[in-house]
Amino acid sequence: MGLDFRTLSLTDVTRTFGRRRALYKVSLQVNAGELVVVIGPNGAGKSTLLAIVATLLAPTSGTVRYDDHTSAAAGAALRARIGLLGHDLYLYPELSPAENLRFFADLHGLDRVEDRVAGALERAGLSDRRNDPVAGFSRGMRQRLALERALLHDPRLVLLDEPFTGLDDAASHALRHRLSTLRDAGCLVLVITHDLDTVDGLADRALMLHKGRLLEIQGGAASLRERYRDALGRAAQPAGQA
Amino acid sequence: MRFVRTAWLVVRKDLVIEARSREIVYTTLFFAVACVLVFAFGFVNEGRPVTDAAPGILWIAIAFSGTLALGRAFERERQSETLRALMMAPVDRPALYVGKLAGILLLLAVVEAIVVPLVALLFHAALFDRPWLLLALLAAGTTGFAAVGTLFAAMLVRARSRDVLLPVLLYPITIPVIIAGVRGTAALLQADVDVPMARAWLSMLVLFDVVFVTLALWTFEPLMTE
Repeated sequence: MGLDFRTLSLTDVTRTFGRRRALYKVSLQVNAGELVVVIGPNGAGKSTLLAIVATLLAPTSGTVRYDDHTSAAAGAALRARIGLLGHDLYLYPELSPAENLRFFADLHGLDRVEDRVAGALERAGLSDRRNDPVAGFSRGMRQRLALERALLHDPRLVLLDEPFTGLDDAASHALRHRLSTLRDAGCLVLVITHDLDTVDGLADRALMLHKGRLLEIQGGAASLRERYRDALGRAAQPAGQA
Repeated sequence: MRFVRTAWLVVRKDLVIEARSREIVYTTLFFAVACVLVFAFGFVNEGRPVTDAAPGILWIAIAFSGTLALGRAFERERQSETLRALMMAPVDRPALYVGKLAGILLLLAVVEAIVVPLVALLFHAALFDRPWLLLALLAAGTTGFAAVGTLFAAMLVRARSRDVLLPVLLYPITIPVIIAGVRGTAALLQADVDVPMARAWLSMLVLFDVVFVTLALWTFEPLMTE
């Protein structure tokens, strides 16, 4: 078990790649039991934000804190409490679902590995395909397996990049339920998605990344898609006209 | 203990994948054998090889095929970005490096088990007169080459021109390893086998290994997280 934390705080986080600025002075706080959705156009910096929070990328400036801990100081103990589902699924296609899950469970030093693997396969609906190579799976099946891989070690901070990609209606509904369960269990859940209709009504807060800047999308009676379009329109206006 | 276990998990996973796909071992082996055969056509005339060509050809085949193996081994981690999942694991990140290095060394050992007898046969080289010394030179030289190569291949895994950049960066830095390997092997092939000279080059290779592996372990985590 790694160290525990109940708050994720980003303060003025900026990240540049050469002359290109991916994130600019992003500040954000996510608390335990909160599900936050980040949306934005392609190239807005969403995946960079996720990589920084996941400790895979260091910010050029600014700080990322998990309660009072930093990734540099906490290292492996902190990573033990973070679950990441990337846009790429982090699965070995030559291995079976059981082998993939067993490998990552061993790498995380988990106990009761076989029980966890069986439970994860059951939730992913892949028990009957447990020994087939992942290479032959559909995108939806791989997506469900990748989600279970990310959650195998009961992380406190759950980071999901486009988790609804390739899922059918039933799987999408199951994932919504799973996200609610994680939030109710006290996890900090940060979801990046373009699937606005699916997360509408699920998220506690919605944020928009636009050209590397993070903006809060105001709550209201309108749908998330309408509020997002409104926020995007205001963000795109030249300064002074907003 | 956890460090060793992590490295073992990575090696085992790589070997299982390779045992199923046989992609790296076949392509690397084919490339190494083709390389030796091309040199044989150029340097063997009427059954008589050019004097002292064998050590250079052996180490060129190892270096070229090693570069191919390094590129493919990390291409596998890039396809589904599994390297990121490895980096997210709560383990000493240098243990991941050691695991990848060990996997590549095992693959190159298989290649060398075929290429060394082939070079001995085609170039009439008495490579097996001092088998333990040759084995030590091959082990130390391959370790030095793969130690630097594994670090660079991991660093370049997301670079667009990684196939070009890997040899461009790798060969200049590993030139001392290649030279020491060639000279040490050449000392074993002289008419009067120069064992002290071969041992001197072996010592130099071991020194390179210590320096390269230490630097790689030290720099792996910061290079991979920036």
